[in-house]
Amino acid sequence: MSMTMSQKILAAHAGIESVEAGQLIDAKLDLVLANDITAPVAIREFLKSGAKTVFDKSMVALVMDHFTPNKDIKAAAQCKLTREFAGQYEIENFFDVGEMGIEHALLPEKGLVTGGDLVIGADSHTCTYGALGAFSTGVGSTDMAAGMARGVCWFKVPAAMKFVLTGAPSRWVSGKDVILHIIGMIGVDGALYKSMEFTGEGLHHLSMDDRFCMANMAVEAGAKNGIFEINSQTRAYMEEHSKRPYVAYSADTDAHYDEIFEIDLSAVRPTVAFPHLPGNTRTIDECGGVRIDQSVIGSCTNGRIEDLRVAAEILAGRKVAKGVRCIVIPATQCIWLEALEKGYLRIFVEAGCAVSTPTCGPCLGGHMGILAQGERAVSTTNRNFVGRMGHTGSEVYLASPAVAAASAVKGFLASPDELHTDSD
Amino acid sequence: MKACGNAIKYGDNIDTDVIIPARYLNSSDPKELAAHCMEDLDKDFVKRVQKGDMIVGGKNFGCGSSREHAPLAIRESGVSCVIASTFARIFYRNAINIGLAIIECDEAAQKIADGDALEVDFDTGVITNRTRGETYRGEPFPEFIRSIIAAGGLINAIRDHRI
Ligand code: SF4
Repeated sequence: MSMTMSQKILAAHAGIESVEAGQLIDAKLDLVLANDITAPVAIREFLKSGAKTVFDKSMVALVMDHFTPNKDIKAAAQCKLTREFAGQYEIENFFDVGEMGIEHALLPEKGLVTGGDLVIGADSHTCTYGALGAFSTGVGSTDMAAGMARGVCWFKVPAAMKFVLTGAPSRWVSGKDVILHIIGMIGVDGALYKSMEFTGEGLHHLSMDDRFCMANMAVEAGAKNGIFEINSQTRAYMEEHSKRPYVAYSADTDAHYDEIFEIDLSAVRPTVAFPHLPGNTRTIDECGGVRIDQSVIGSCTNGRIEDLRVAAEILAGRKVAKGVRCIVIPATQCIWLEALEKGYLRIFVEAGCAVSTPTCGPCLGGHMGILAQGERAVSTTNRNFVGRMGHTGSEVYLASPAVAAASAVKGFLASPDELHTDSD
Repeated sequence: MKACGNAIKYGDNIDTDVIIPARYLNSSDPKELAAHCMEDLDKDFVKRVQKGDMIVGGKNFGCGSSREHAPLAIRESGVSCVIASTFARIFYRNAINIGLAIIECDEAAQKIADGDALEVDFDTGVITNRTRGETYRGEPFPEFIRSIIAAGGLINAIRDHRI
């Protein structure tokens, strides 16, 4: 029977020849993940389950990234509980302050996820690893607890939508613009319960960092997972990083897709999602100079080295506009160091940005850049729900690192092109 | 299994950030979470909600983060069931796994008004609107999921070796 990429991975992990959309299966997991917010709940449930050990000490990852370095006493208590659990149960992949990074940037970098894997994480953006050709999806803490105990998880096999990418994006257009464009087109529930599968020759023009960003935001269209066909760039990335051998799955030529979209990358413009939904998109040309108080460049969506490179390119020799706070958060310690070595951090500080240690921070309104009532931020993060970055009367505009950096210089939503045509 | 209560109605795309804002996620105590349930959307919810009440949402209820704190806060505030046109998938799993009853029914989501007296039969998926004298047919759960619910959630099902 013909299957999509996602269905092939599920079938292989369920130990059956084929699966079809809607089928309920129990499938073996390659990795289970939780963070400092979701792990405490998962640990409580794990202890209730009566399990004596985790299914595999090397296949559980606990990353302290959301409210760390501890933002308050309660956050400290949650990390302490998780740290003690990790010690007692000998979890090999426990990442604490000083070695941690934002989970979805960290795990691929550490080689803990690889192509063909089946991964669940108690964090909705676990779908990020689809960039590597893995089936990965967000679950809640109870699923994570059950996964830790049994090493298996129940799934309803998803139907799928196919996105065939063609052409090459123009300068300043990144994976972020492409995925915002797609979510704007299909809506925040446009892919509800389904897989979003990305293929086509346009893939070659999207870097791994672009793909991580796009797979990351599949959940913002309601998708169960986003997945990219493995090509030469994916192989090169995995050969450099992965700890385990990968398996490359591609869809059968006659696999069923509920819908097929062709996306011409050369036609995508820098795109911004206005408050309060990621699907509420406009091209930069339709933004009308919205004034901003803050620009955030970071997160599991856009805190990778290429994102910082683009921001540094734009901010080099320029200044953040008076009255704007620009906060740059490299997503992992490795990325932080690389940005240091390449001189990006100096550029940011000289431009008047604050540079932070890796953390989720303001992305979820945790700390390190909370908005007051009436304030507006342009942000490279992935959600702009009411109150997401602070007061319920504040606003978040989602954009690429290029737009966030250019807007920081201008003081209003702007494209980098606007900088090159004048003397900023 | 049946539940009775009054409807508390909201719109489409109710996200987990408004169900339980992230600033309260430094706790996982259900009681503490329930004290802030729906706070960023409806400040009066906590004062208004009575044991047994049902939240009625539109499309994509529970979208956004995977925080199980969201269904936990709803369950702990006394809500007996959430009815919506569709649910975001992680919220759907989480609700089942922690034993919060949910039911998908587009007709009910559209026709029920705030304050209507409702009765839900989970075995048949039938929702009765006593205020309007109407019934709507929702989706009952498949067998596999009913076995999880019958055990009182996923963790109990594992402990009792039911799955
Ligand atoms: S950076 Fe934001 S979206 Fe990503 S894991 Fe952290 S809180 Fe979630």
